[in-house]
Amino acid sequence: MEWFPLGRIDEVPLGGGRYVETPAGQIAVLCNEAGELFAVHNRCPHRGGPLSEGFVSGKTVFCPLHNWQIDLESGQALPPDQGCVKTFPLKTEGEEIWLGLPETQS
Amino acid sequence: MGNKARKARLVVIGNGMAGIRTVEELLKMAPDLYEITVFGDEPHPNYNRILLTPVLAGEMRLEETILNDHDWYQEHGITLRTGCPVTQIDRVRRQVITAQGEKVPYDRVLIATGAAAALAPIPGNDLPGVYSYRDMRDVEALTQVSADGGEAVIIGAGLLGLEVAHGLNARGMQVTVVHRRAWPLDKQLDARGGALLQQAMEARGIRFLMERESAAVLGTDRVEGLQFQDGSHIPARIVVMTVGIRPRIDLAQAAGLACEQGILVSDTLQTYDPRIYAVGECVQHRGMTYGLVAPLFEQAKVAANHLAEYGRMRYQGSVTSTKLKVTGIELFSAGDFLGGEGTEELTLLDAHQGIYKKVVLQDDTIKGILLYGDTSIGPWLFEHLRDKNNVASLRDHLLFGETHLGDAGHAGVNQAARLADSAEICGCNGVSKGQIVRAIRDGLFTLEEVRKCTKASASCGSCTGLVEQLLVSTLGGVYDSSARKKALCGCTDYSHQEVRDAIRKEKLLSVRDVFRFLDWRHPGGCATCRPAVNYYVRTAWPAEGKDDPSARFINERAHANIQKDGTYSVIPRIYGGVTTPAELKRIAEVAERHAVPMVKFTGGQRLDLLGVPKEKLPLIWAELDMPSGHAYGKALRTVKSCVGKEFCRFGVQDSTQLAIDLEKNLERMWAPHKVKLAASGCPRNCAESTIKDVGVIGVDSGWEIYVGGNGGMKVRAADLLAKVKTEAEVIQISKAFLQMYREDAQYLERTAPWVERVGLEQIKSRVIDDLAQRVELAERLDFAIAQEKDPWAEAVSGRLDIHAAPLRRVSA
Ligand SMILES: Cc1cc2nc3c(=O)[nH]c(=O)nc-3n(C[C@H](O)[C@H](O)[C@H](O)COP(=O)(O)OP(=O)(O)OC[C@H]3O[C@@H](n4cnc5c(N)ncnc54)[C@H](O)[C@@H]3O)c2cc1C
Ligand code: HEM
Ligand code: SF4
Ligand code: FES
Repeated sequence: MEWFPLGRIDEVPLGGGRYVETPAGQIAVLCNEAGELFAVHNRCPHRGGPLSEGFVSGKTVFCPLHNWQIDLESGQALPPDQGCVKTFPLKTEGEEIWLGLPETQS
Repeated sequence: MGNKARKARLVVIGNGMAGIRTVEELLKMAPDLYEITVFGDEPHPNYNRILLTPVLAGEMRLEETILNDHDWYQEHGITLRTGCPVTQIDRVRRQVITAQGEKVPYDRVLIATGAAAALAPIPGNDLPGVYSYRDMRDVEALTQVSADGGEAVIIGAGLLGLEVAHGLNARGMQVTVVHRRAWPLDKQLDARGGALLQQAMEARGIRFLMERESAAVLGTDRVEGLQFQDGSHIPARIVVMTVGIRPRIDLAQAAGLACEQGILVSDTLQTYDPRIYAVGECVQHRGMTYGLVAPLFEQAKVAANHLAEYGRMRYQGSVTSTKLKVTGIELFSAGDFLGGEGTEELTLLDAHQGIYKKVVLQDDTIKGILLYGDTSIGPWLFEHLRDKNNVASLRDHLLFGETHLGDAGHAGVNQAARLADSAEICGCNGVSKGQIVRAIRDGLFTLEEVRKCTKASASCGSCTGLVEQLLVSTLGGVYDSSARKKALCGCTDYSHQEVRDAIRKEKLLSVRDVFRFLDWRHPGGCATCRPAVNYYVRTAWPAEGKDDPSARFINERAHANIQKDGTYSVIPRIYGGVTTPAELKRIAEVAERHAVPMVKFTGGQRLDLLGVPKEKLPLIWAELDMPSGHAYGKALRTVKSCVGKEFCRFGVQDSTQLAIDLEKNLERMWAPHKVKLAASGCPRNCAESTIKDVGVIGVDSGWEIYVGGNGGMKVRAADLLAKVKTEAEVIQISKAFLQMYREDAQYLERTAPWVERVGLEQIKSRVIDDLAQRVELAERLDFAIAQEKDPWAEAVSGRLDIHAAPLRRVSA
């Protein structure tokens, strides 16, 4: 695991998200109303909608394209939909958000 | 107080549909508040009583009707005691006592004992071979006895009587239905409808003996026949009595709780003893008892709200409708369908096809509905009845339904009941009729639940009517889906209107305030309530209310339309569709410089630059140097124009100039949904004004103003609102109309359904007839628009951050 700084906590809007460009593709950094942060691939399992633009509430993000709901802890779509999106670890140090990416084997 | 050592104890008496529904609602709101014990007389966990007839008829198995299995009780920490009737409520010691002598203390009690079948008070009614029709035991007994065939006589041709007749007929018995009135279902049908129904059931081999008063059940040690008061008699192997139901109130009565027909409850579903709540068929509320699940579920919601100590909802009674659930017979009725003094009737009788429709009107509102043979428009009419809408303007097609208005793309599929199981109901999500019916039978009761579980009608919503019809034909009663009462979304029990009232009354200035004040179930809300509540806050308080970007859909946050690949489209405002060579050149250069993949004219006479990545939006806006066209918003989109009198040889009015003026006056107006206008210069109507939210057409003497048109999913021709002389009047009336729409319509309700819902008459009375109101409405709109700035200019100048760029670019 390699950790990268992303920015300050207050740069991610409460109840919404931002996206980051990484070697592993676009990743959505999401923040719920209570200030909890989550990171998942920025591609909805349905048709690739950008999850960074969805509504975040509790542990769920609502995809902006067709309203699939995705659990942010497991990455699984909520029933009746099926599919999953990869999740990534985040940590905060002071005001800074850090993203954990798997070490690239070169 | 403050003692957290033990949870409050809730004892539920009656393990039936209303009691358990209340527990479910309670668990949604306050999962940990109570330690819950449920006592049930019957040996089963909660099952769906309304599916007894499919079980009797052999169309379903018992297990399929279970709504909550034993695991469900266990998962929620509920102690379930089946086969364990409660015999006493000791209010002094606060404990209930069971038949086995067990004593269980309580802090709160919920009585949900339902009703029992009434027996005809005639000699012999206790002979073996006499049955009632109420619970699973009855169905099991009838299934067994029917195996040997013979004559079954049913006393009472009400809904239950006909259901049991159908079931026993399907089991191969020779069925005779005896009724004291002249036609079956006399509470749900008039004579004509009754005759049609009787014919249809006779054609299936069921015999009817009408206007016969039963006198005695004959037989010595078991049933042998039935004797009538006129002395005649018929043979019978079994007799089933379906002559009415009796609320089970003995327990409450013995405990000293006030009872009449049922246990008396207040609007909070509390009995005489405030610790004791009651719901379901056993209660009497404002003089009414109910025998259908829809009203009981409304009671359940309210009782749960109070048990959860939210204490905000009130039950104000229900209007119910009925539907016979005998396979292949379509019948729907509601309200006072017999009519009488001061009422009018609209009827349609097609005896050959077996179709009979009747609507009873009084003072332009619907008082009663009776539909036989084709019930597809039942839910639609019922909504008008319940909401007491003025239907004067719908009169000529009331008997045909709203689909008659030209349901483009959906014509021919408006009768869900007649469709094959494989027929696709929801085109967006590919859900078939069979899937939906199966899901409903698995224990769904509302549109919301069907949406959640099957996705049917969860996307574009155009199949909502069909799904509602399936709910009705499967459940046998309309679940109350009226806009006024329906919860805004799953996060709350309050309706749109209740939320709006609270925002205005309590001066709630942000989405968060609203969620907090109204105890939202999920503090973050969901994709349905967030944008709706944000809109309501902004319309109620245009200056002080906080616009919450996180409560806006992506399009309104990025001020561009998101496309399926995650890129955006940019549509600058071009007032009235009139542009200049210089402007066109600039747009072309911007498109070329940024290699915009597609440039296209929109349906609304604007230019669309498609395929722009989010990061480039602010730059492109800056280079265009034009205001936002709001083509992405629930907002004023465009005012389309035709050529008009300046150039067109037919033109009688200057439609392009009026379109430009209208657009300048209304741009930046947010609304419940998108709003499109058009102006045509003569009645040839080249700008298609009659399918717009507001459309004007030039005539010799001035302008005609049309409202409520729609050209999208469901075509609706606009209604003529007024004829005026000057452009200034057009603008003022358009503003007043739109402001009334903004203040009254539900979020995501377009003008077309809204106009139908509130009625043109009411709109005219506020916007046309009452000049003072018109002026006030227009002024309120002006004030609201004055608070808004052009979002593109704001973004370009850095005052608005649409988060165009990534938070960070990480390179390995
Ligand atoms: C055959 C049939 C078809 C129907 N079809 C429809 C329909 O199509 N549409 C519709 O809307 N409605 C229909 N109904 C009516 C609907 O089923 C009832 O309105 C509804 O079930 C009432 O709910 P409830 O909880 O009040 O009573 P119930 O569901 O009867 O539950 C009451 C429960 O309490 C138990 N109980 C009573 N006293 C005690 C006690 N002292 N201790 C412990 N337990 C006790 C009873 O055994 C029972 O299980 C139908 C009813 C029947 C019988
Ligand atoms: C081939 C399949 C599909 C087609 C052809 C299709 C077509 C459409 C069309 C034409 C619209 C209207 C757009 C508008 O109002 O401007 C729409 C809207 C919508 N669709 Fe689909 N759709 C499809 C699949 C789906 C699926 C599978 C889902 C969900 C799982 C879905 C969810 C939605 C939603 C939520 C909207 C509303 C968007 C809004 O309100 O702006 N669609 N679709
Ligand atoms: S509506 Fe009339 S004025 Fe306008 S372009 Fe058509 S014909 Fe000409
Ligand atoms: S792309 Fe996410 S729901 Fe369709």
